Amino acid sequence: MTGGYGAADILKECTIGVDRGEIAVIVGPNGAGKSTAMKATFGMLPLREGHVMFNGEDITHLKPEERVVKGMGFVPQTHNVFTSMTVEENLEMGAFIREDDISDSIEQVYELFPILKEKRRQPAGELSGGQRQQVAVGRAMMTQPKVLLLDEPTAGVSPIVMDELFDRIIEIARTGVAILMVEQNAKQALEIADKGYVLVQGSNRFTDTGEALLANPDVRRSFLGG
Amino acid sequence: MTDFINALIVLANFILVPALTYGSQLALGALGVTLVYGVLRFSNFAHGEMMAFGTMITIFGTWGLQALGVSIAPLPTALLALPLGIGGAVALSLILDKTVYKYHRQRKASPVIFLIVSIGLMFFIGGLVRFIIGPGDQIFFDGTRFIFSARDFKRATGLDEGLALKMTQAVTIITAILVVAAMFWFLNKTRTGKSMRAFSDNENLALLSGINPDRVVMITWILVGALATIAGTLYGLDKSFKPFSFMQLLLPIFAAAIVGGVGNPLGAIAGGYVIAFSEIAVTFAYKKVVTYLGPDGFQPDSLVQLLGTDYKIAVSFLILVIVLIVRPTGIFSGKTL
Repeated sequence: MTGGYGAADILKECTIGVDRGEIAVIVGPNGAGKSTAMKATFGMLPLREGHVMFNGEDITHLKPEERVVKGMGFVPQTHNVFTSMTVEENLEMGAFIREDDISDSIEQVYELFPILKEKRRQPAGELSGGQRQQVAVGRAMMTQPKVLLLDEPTAGVSPIVMDELFDRIIEIARTGVAILMVEQNAKQALEIADKGYVLVQGSNRFTDTGEALLANPDVRRSFLGG
Repeated sequence: MTDFINALIVLANFILVPALTYGSQLALGALGVTLVYGVLRFSNFAHGEMMAFGTMITIFGTWGLQALGVSIAPLPTALLALPLGIGGAVALSLILDKTVYKYHRQRKASPVIFLIVSIGLMFFIGGLVRFIIGPGDQIFFDGTRFIFSARDFKRATGLDEGLALKMTQAVTIITAILVVAAMFWFLNKTRTGKSMRAFSDNENLALLSGINPDRVVMITWILVGALATIAGTLYGLDKSFKPFSFMQLLLPIFAAAIVGGVGNPLGAIAGGYVIAFSEIAVTFAYKKVVTYLGPDGFQPDSLVQLLGTDYKIAVSFLILVIVLIVRPTGIFSGKTL
């Protein structure tokens, strides 16, 4: 993928991908285009070159909303819940495009995040940062996506909550969902990743399994702080 | 003791009942303003004139029904013509949205542009109304005038002071309660209503969730057209229909919406009653009440009135200024539906 918001390209021949049941993590220094790369896969960035393929289908020209219908779920980094609405209403809105019965999906989300069941009648804006992230992920899960895109799901939450969120993300991947996420906490994220992409200035610098990247001395030195 | 009860009856008759009525009218008006603000993110100055337009169509409907000899006495015939008025106001709202607002929405114009556009439409709709029905007074009330009059009340209770309840007052208050209840049910319980709240809360996330913005905007205008017509008709029934009065109504309506927290439906209703009670309580002459409550034989020389009724409009202005200085977000700090 090559593209950007204005005349200058932010992404330069950047390639990322993820298979079902896998977790792929994009890491890299600030301004490397991590979030931009993910947004590009979701159709929020005009591409000059390259394609976005989904299930063998070219979806490069679909709008983000249309990609949701195809089976992509996206959790933005900020403003990712409806703060004035209750937890349950947030989940209902997540399933807005579905016409069938959504109660099973709501139960699944509550099983995954039991705390949300307790707080189902509370406005999402009154929850803690970690709980909000759970609502945000839960909302995206409601469309039963095949690919889930997470933009820094652990931004601004404590290390304990971060570990728990990662555990939940692994659980989601085990149900067969492909997960692509951007992370600041590169070390922890690569530990759970099947695939890792290190981006620098909008291009792939290293691509390998999470384990291999963690073991790679170059990656360690430049991006993981030794 | 009877003096005390008499004083209470005076207050009920001249402050409580009129303020509840006026407050209901303002609340319905402010609800419309707040909906536009919550979903479309601008202050709709054309709302007062939209009320006039919807009321005008209702009046035509009323005349038509009266000519046909249809009557729902003791209730005013205008209630039967209300759906026609709502239809007219909704149609005009949707046409104006398609021809005017949509263009600016697609260009992602700033709220100030929308506000100025709405001022333009205010003059346009106002002119249209006066062109069609004329600038004069129209009284379209029929049916029974009083549910119980002051004289009935005095005879029944043996008190010196009377409490009257006009049909229009009862109709206004009951209609307002029904409309507000329906509105809250819609916003909080239906899928479409929730999608409106979601859109108002976080537009981008609503788009990601597959909520169709065009549909939300359309439903908003439908609700706003209906609310404007109902508020305007109730006001016109209670007072009289004078095209120019709706422009003056705009200030108390905006004051109500802002006092309650603009964008918040609950706030709009609370704000409506706050403004109405303040306006009437401040401009009421308390001479009689003081006479009843004071020592025997005491009678004040003046009217014991804080402010002349001519300055009524200043009250909403004052409250508006105080709220904006002390608590700019309003009572219910609103922003979203």
